[in-house]
Amino acid sequence: MAMSKRQRAKAFRGAQYALLVVVAIVLALVADWGEIKRAFFNVDIAVSMFPNVLTVSLVNTLIYTALGFAFALLAGLLLALMKLSPVGPYRWIATVYIEFFRGIPALLVFIAVGFGVPLAFGIDFDIYSKVMLSLGIVGAAYMAETIRAGIQAVPKGQIEAARSLGMSQGRTTITVVIPQAFRIILPPLTNELIMLTKDSSLIYIIGLAREEYELTKFGREVLSRSPSLTPILVIGLCYLLITLPLGYLSRYLERQTGGKKISTPESTGLGVSA
Amino acid sequence: MSDLAVEITGLKKSFGPLEVLKGIDVRVQSGEVICIIGPSGSGKSTLLRCVNLLEEPTGGKIVVNGVELTDPDVDIDVARTKIGMVFQSFNLFSHLNVLNNLMVAQRKVLKRSEAEAKEIALRNLERVGLSEKMGAMPGELSGGQQQRVAIARALSMDPEVMLFDEPTSALDPELVGDVLGVMRQLAEEGMTMLVVTHEMQFAREVADKVLFMDGGYVVEEGPASQVIGDPQHARTKSFLARVLDPTRQGPSE
Repeated sequence: MAMSKRQRAKAFRGAQYALLVVVAIVLALVADWGEIKRAFFNVDIAVSMFPNVLTVSLVNTLIYTALGFAFALLAGLLLALMKLSPVGPYRWIATVYIEFFRGIPALLVFIAVGFGVPLAFGIDFDIYSKVMLSLGIVGAAYMAETIRAGIQAVPKGQIEAARSLGMSQGRTTITVVIPQAFRIILPPLTNELIMLTKDSSLIYIIGLAREEYELTKFGREVLSRSPSLTPILVIGLCYLLITLPLGYLSRYLERQTGGKKISTPESTGLGVSA
Repeated sequence: MSDLAVEITGLKKSFGPLEVLKGIDVRVQSGEVICIIGPSGSGKSTLLRCVNLLEEPTGGKIVVNGVELTDPDVDIDVARTKIGMVFQSFNLFSHLNVLNNLMVAQRKVLKRSEAEAKEIALRNLERVGLSEKMGAMPGELSGGQQQRVAIARALSMDPEVMLFDEPTSALDPELVGDVLGVMRQLAEEGMTMLVVTHEMQFAREVADKVLFMDGGYVVEEGPASQVIGDPQHARTKSFLARVLDPTRQGPSE
């Protein structure tokens, strides 16, 4: 007798669970648990990484990311305003910048700032400037597009209200448009902060002194003297310590701004009049 | 001539190939309340938005408070501080609370001191009956309350003329009265007002003069009792019949 559609779906679901259980049992029987524990969960190696993994490398990752983010935010805002400028050349420059730095690997920028500029121009700067520039130059290209979208998402009525109160265009941008744009783009901006946190690992290419180690470099260094995946696992968890809360924050902000976004009825189409 | 608040001569406005205003002449005496009525698409909102240059006229001349706005060298930002505007969609600054909505332009444009701006803001909030809402965010207010705050915000600039662009069209019916009450009180205090509205009762009772617009022209103008009570033109008659007694009408042509 043929099964009904509902019965077939039930049987298929049961088969999926059965497969999962079989695979789990086979893995449990076959796997060498001692070997896995040695490779991934070597307590001695993990303990040896503390406290430096937190007090030095995690702190450095946070500092590098913050510096890059600050630079990227300012440069991104400038690029976004250029992109929206009525003056053609400003728009073109911004477009070229954004397309260029979004289209090349971030690592290339780190190499350029870390080695290219010092070699070509004979000037060298400290690690903080290098990180801020490399991370900021790349981040700005991504943030510019986000900020531009945020500025354009500010309802036209807000701008008209400001202008009708006698605010100049510049005053309107500073007092009304930018504050509202940033509220709109807070969730995507948080996501870009997560990206920058991860990209800050690329700084390893520049070559760091021991007290300048960020998480990834620190992990590689531990790895080189202890043949175990444990340091990588610890480092990964340290990144999650930063990125998971930021991810939750981003989703929380999204719900906040998505809930009651703008207080005008424009979005309902009522704002249209003769 | 000196107490002429708004003088519009031969005003034309096109959006691309579409001519919305085809030559408008309007004179508003200081202290007068003018209601502009007409079907949607007749150009009445565009006319109002030209009076503070939110729309750039394509032809004609607009003089407000003795300043010619259509002069290319006019400082429009200064001129606009004397022209209050109230929008259909309220347009309160959504990132600022009520008090700051009323203070921000006073501080940044008129350069008033914090204390002075706050005093003026509170006085105008009291005028619209919303003193207790000074700390609220716009999103926490009803539509009627938002619109009254928007009126108070415009009044805080001490305007000489107030423009109302369908101020009650986006409101729930039971909230319309509060806003019209504030506008009526403003009219009685002698404010010069241009009001685009569909509230015929308000126009009849408050307006000194009613303008009926259709197809980019002022078709009929005069005292409210005449334009609304005893319209002369066929188009005015059919519009008013549709607005005042909608259930008795067949579909419009």
